[in-house]
Amino acid sequence: MIRIENLSKTYGDTTVVQPVSLTIEKGHIAALVGTSGSGKTTLLRMINRLVEPSSGKVWIGDEDAATIAPHLLRRRIGYAIQGHGLFPHRTLAQNIAMVPQLLGWKPRDISDRVDELLTLFQLDPARFRDRMPHQLSGGQQQRVGVARALAARPEVLLMDEPFGALDPVIRAKAQDDLRDIQRQLGTTLVIVTHDMEEAVTLGDRIAVMDKGVLLQYGPPTEILTHPATPFVEALIGKAERPFRLLSLSHIGDIAVPGEAEGPALPRDTSARDALAQCLWLGRDRLAVQGGGVVTLEALRTRAKGDGA
Amino acid sequence: MADTSLATPVPVPRISRNGLLFALLGGLALWLPLVQFKANRIVAGEGLSLPGALPGGAGWGFVCLVILLLAAGLLYRLPLGWRLGLALIGLAAVILSLGLAAKGLTPEGNRVVRVAPASGFWMLLLAFGLMGTDALSRLHLSRKARWAVLCISLGLIWLCLASGLLNETSVMVEYRARADLFSRSLWQHLTLAFGSLAMALLIGLPLGIMVFLIPKLRRGVLGVLNVLQTIPSLALFGIMIPVFGWIALNVPGAAQIGVAGIGLFPALMALFFYSLLPVVSNTLVGLRTVDPAVHDAAFGLGLTQRQVLFQVQLPLALPVVLAAVRIVLVQNIGLAVIAGLIGGGGFGSFVFQGLNQTAMDLILLGALPTILLALVAGVALDLMVEAISPKKGNVT
Repeated sequence: MIRIENLSKTYGDTTVVQPVSLTIEKGHIAALVGTSGSGKTTLLRMINRLVEPSSGKVWIGDEDAATIAPHLLRRRIGYAIQGHGLFPHRTLAQNIAMVPQLLGWKPRDISDRVDELLTLFQLDPARFRDRMPHQLSGGQQQRVGVARALAARPEVLLMDEPFGALDPVIRAKAQDDLRDIQRQLGTTLVIVTHDMEEAVTLGDRIAVMDKGVLLQYGPPTEILTHPATPFVEALIGKAERPFRLLSLSHIGDIAVPGEAEGPALPRDTSARDALAQCLWLGRDRLAVQGGGVVTLEALRTRAKGDGA
Repeated sequence: MADTSLATPVPVPRISRNGLLFALLGGLALWLPLVQFKANRIVAGEGLSLPGALPGGAGWGFVCLVILLLAAGLLYRLPLGWRLGLALIGLAAVILSLGLAAKGLTPEGNRVVRVAPASGFWMLLLAFGLMGTDALSRLHLSRKARWAVLCISLGLIWLCLASGLLNETSVMVEYRARADLFSRSLWQHLTLAFGSLAMALLIGLPLGIMVFLIPKLRRGVLGVLNVLQTIPSLALFGIMIPVFGWIALNVPGAAQIGVAGIGLFPALMALFFYSLLPVVSNTLVGLRTVDPAVHDAAFGLGLTQRQVLFQVQLPLALPVVLAAVRIVLVQNIGLAVIAGLIGGGGFGSFVFQGLNQTAMDLILLGALPTILLALVAGVALDLMVEAISPKKGNVT
């Protein structure tokens, strides 16, 4: 769990982050969204003290972050950034082994952990251990960047636009994989993004920031259906809102008893994909695996944010 | 445009442009004197071109060989390996002709007559040398092969000199008169070049790191070093001789550790001053070019400032720092010649003695090994910089 209390940052006369308070539950994902200059990155960097707060406190679990030496604090918190920041003169294994080495793990344990992480991120250890970062594709580099951040099994992982440099297809896959791995490990994750789509896809909660002020902090549905200010509304994008809402629910949850022709869709298909199917096939109901149907009517209700 | 592309091509033998340049150089060289024949080492001599410089018809034989080699170099489709072979044969022929000319022109037992290499010899050497390096560079040899080429070239030069082939040429006559002094000068020259480099690294690296970490100091430190760099070497000696002389006289212990107004010490200091700017500025540039994301990630993972510096920034800056070492070493090997002016020894002492006596051969005895040292140091360090530069190795 991370608790942020009245955290603010001032440089001379300019305040880049107005006092912010928010709590991120253990094992949850919080997405910090905002335009550039909104203070979201500064807020993130105050959590691991890459930026020293001007006032306020950060609690990691029940420990005050200010009482831990910055470099020791950072070894306990994973950190992954846009452009991955891999050390170009070290092999992948050496990159991933960085923090465990700083923490004084035994060489055997480090080597086992490196292989475990490479496997987790779908990189064959035998082939990839000794490669240099520049020999990888952008998507692979990004995965190694996250693997390195997770190497010492941190309870908290901070990510700053980790997928910013990836093309859309690889990006969607990387988001799915991250979500899976995060659920598997139970890591508390704070991710900074300027992309509302990404925030809705990944976030259990979304924090919208503008000009250093936290405008709204809540679950995606709440942000989408009840934006607190016109800025939040604009950031969501009116045209995209129904589809974003739909993308939040699975058809398994809105299925009703009934029969429909055609092949059945898996229960974890998103309502957004189901709507696309309805429109494309010209049908008003689709079969769901395990029985039942999803109706165009139900999808319409969801798209208006009702019954969430 | 359309017309020319449709017209049937007329088969014109294509000519290698580089080959044409080498042929022009070499052809011109044949008109110039190969050697200078001098009654003694100081008087102006009489120039003899290739056919006439050699006894009997041998001269014409060499002329034909040179023309044949240069003409073969004109062929566009000649493989690079052949081109290299032509160049090597050419170099061997030019050197052999010099040796034979010197032997033939020097009367038996005469120790006063001098046969010196003249403009024609140097230009032929240049033409074939260029032909060889041109072929070598286009062969795109591996690093290992280039090390081998460097070693083999040095071996061949040694063989040329050790075989006695060139013993009657003027420069070698001067050498034999000073063999002891020559090896001492070589040692002094190396001490000057490498000693000043070592000092520059010892002081310059920490200084570069310091101005990187404390940006406020940058302008001042680099400003001072920039001014230092622009002082002409003679003026620098003018300043140093009284200053170090005074220190040696008045500071207890200074003279014992080698401080002196003239000799090796001020020369070493001058070279050291000139080396500081490249070392400091390249260290700074190398550290500054490290990707900000890498820097940020290193701190974010929990490395301390010292660990970031030694494990991330310095290793990544190393190729740029080594580039400075290359610049400084090559520069200092050349500059060390001026040490001869103030009794610092090195090859410069031959050069300045030669200038005073208007003995060209003595000047060459100082200049040629200096050039060779600088060339070897440059090539060797280039190879080292390449070896440690990232993203060049094709490991897959």
